[in-house]
Amino acid sequence: MLSVKHVNKSYKKGGLFTRERQQVLSNISFDWQQGECLGIIGESGSGKSTLGQLLLGINEPDQGRILWDGKRVKDRKTRLGNISAVFQDYTSSINPFYTVEQALMEPLMLHKKMRQAHQGNIDQLLHQVGLDSSYRQKYAHELSGGEAQRVCIARAVSTEPRCIVLDEAISSLDGSVQIQILELLKNLKTMYSMGYIFITHDIRAAAYICDRVMILRNGHIVEIVNVEQLKDVQSPYARHLLQMVIT
Amino acid sequence: MKIVTRIGKDKLAAVCLLFIAAILVTGVFAPLFAPHAPEEVHMELRFAASSWEYWLGNDHLGRCILSRLIYGIRPSVLWVLVALSISVAIGTTLGFIAGYFRGKADAILMRVCDIMLSFPGYVMTLAVIGILGAGLENILIAFVLMKWAWFARIIRTSVMQYTDTEYVKFAKAIGVSNINIMIKHILPVSLPDIAVISSSSFGSMILQISGFSFLGLGIQAPHAEWGMMLNEARAVMFSRPELMLAPGIAIILVVSAINFLSDALQIALDPKLMTSRHKWQGKAIALASKPHGKEVA
Ligand SMILES: Nc1ncnc2c1ncn2[C@@H]1O[C@H](COP(=O)(O)OP(=O)(O)OP(=O)(O)O)[C@@H](O)[C@H]1O
Ligand SMILES: [Mg+2]
Repeated sequence: MLSVKHVNKSYKKGGLFTRERQQVLSNISFDWQQGECLGIIGESGSGKSTLGQLLLGINEPDQGRILWDGKRVKDRKTRLGNISAVFQDYTSSINPFYTVEQALMEPLMLHKKMRQAHQGNIDQLLHQVGLDSSYRQKYAHELSGGEAQRVCIARAVSTEPRCIVLDEAISSLDGSVQIQILELLKNLKTMYSMGYIFITHDIRAAAYICDRVMILRNGHIVEIVNVEQLKDVQSPYARHLLQMVIT
Repeated sequence: MKIVTRIGKDKLAAVCLLFIAAILVTGVFAPLFAPHAPEEVHMELRFAASSWEYWLGNDHLGRCILSRLIYGIRPSVLWVLVALSISVAIGTTLGFIAGYFRGKADAILMRVCDIMLSFPGYVMTLAVIGILGAGLENILIAFVLMKWAWFARIIRTSVMQYTDTEYVKFAKAIGVSNINIMIKHILPVSLPDIAVISSSSFGSMILQISGFSFLGLGIQAPHAEWGMMLNEARAVMFSRPELMLAPGIAIILVVSAINFLSDALQIALDPKLMTSRHKWQGKAIALASKPHGKEVA
């Protein structure tokens, strides 16, 4: 379980000697339950990616705490094998010197217990995301965007983490591939009984896959609603967002 | 190993690599390769043309030019290489720290670099020689002092750029340690940058060492050094211009070879040129692994 308590984050503005800071996230608090898919929706610049990075321990909040089962998520040991990630930019999400196989091996190698039997594992992983074993020897630049994103998803699920943070994981793919990947994510979710934190600006995709949706605006949480009640959101901003999708 | 085979495909680069390797080996084992003692004076052989005994002839003191050239590899190439390696090592370490961790460490290191870089290089080298006295070691010390900041600066920028990539973020997220991320993910991709800047400054350092020796600030008299050989030949530049050829050509060849090699290295290290080896091999692996995969599944 991931719990976020009163998190604030600001970035320094300008040069070395300025004290001015830009507040990106303010007073964010929410809980993520085991196995749930939580969507984080917001406009561009609302701080979604920043929040994602905080959840992944890549970045540190200025104030507040982010705990995974009561332990600080910033500690590498806490995340090990529990949390994984898929990012938006598939062009730089695989080390250009790695083959698909090496990329998939990376998280596996971190786990001593996973090291055996990995050979078969990789084929299995590739099959699960709809790629065949001939992709093992390919380099990142030899993959199409959709294929690269599938490899990233395979890499993220390889250690069967309990939570995967997907930051705009499907936003840069075209429509039909988006649907395939969403299907895939749904299947994998039931197969491995893991949960997602699904960051996107696409409400429809969020509505399709998520159980709960958190709406973010200028670094504030506007509302957290269950997907079933998405139609009758309270706040005017959320209603405005929905309106734009429907029309 | 992959890199070596890929460089091997490029004929020019292979030749350069062999040439440099040969130069290095000859320099290290100079006493074995040199036909004569480099400081042996034969006044009767002054300005002798090349002969079977003295392949490249003799200089104004009748010393064997070939032997002096071979012994000259040590200060001109080997010691420059040592100084270069030290400054690249310092620059890489600091550049990685500044570029990867950013924040305070970055700010402090870069201000120090700014200070170091605000002195003009030649003047600082002359100042260091002025303080420590003439001599090869002091020039090399001055080089290390002057160059590391420049390396740190450039490597930091390169590291910063790669620290922002998503595969580094992913590695951080799944809990790979910082050291491992730097070694596995950042070092290989920034290696071409490091190779290019170190090779370009290798060339300029060889030229500078020769320049300082030419001015009489580097290695001292009887010892052989390419720049000093040029300086000695300068006295008879109009009557016997051929004496300038041997050291001059040696310098040009080594510097060009290094530059060609670094170009080739940059290409060889480009991941875009890596293809999934042979289609055949890929298929063979796929076939071989299939039954295995089923067993596990
Ligand atoms: N490393 C950084 N340094 C300074 N400011 C940053 C940094 N990263 C993000 N910001 C700022 O924080 C704000 C939120 O950025 P963030 O990337 O979280 O937005 P986002 O919601 O993910 O947007 P998008 O949908 O476009 O990805 C932006 O205004 C951005 O300028
Ligand atoms: Mg974003």
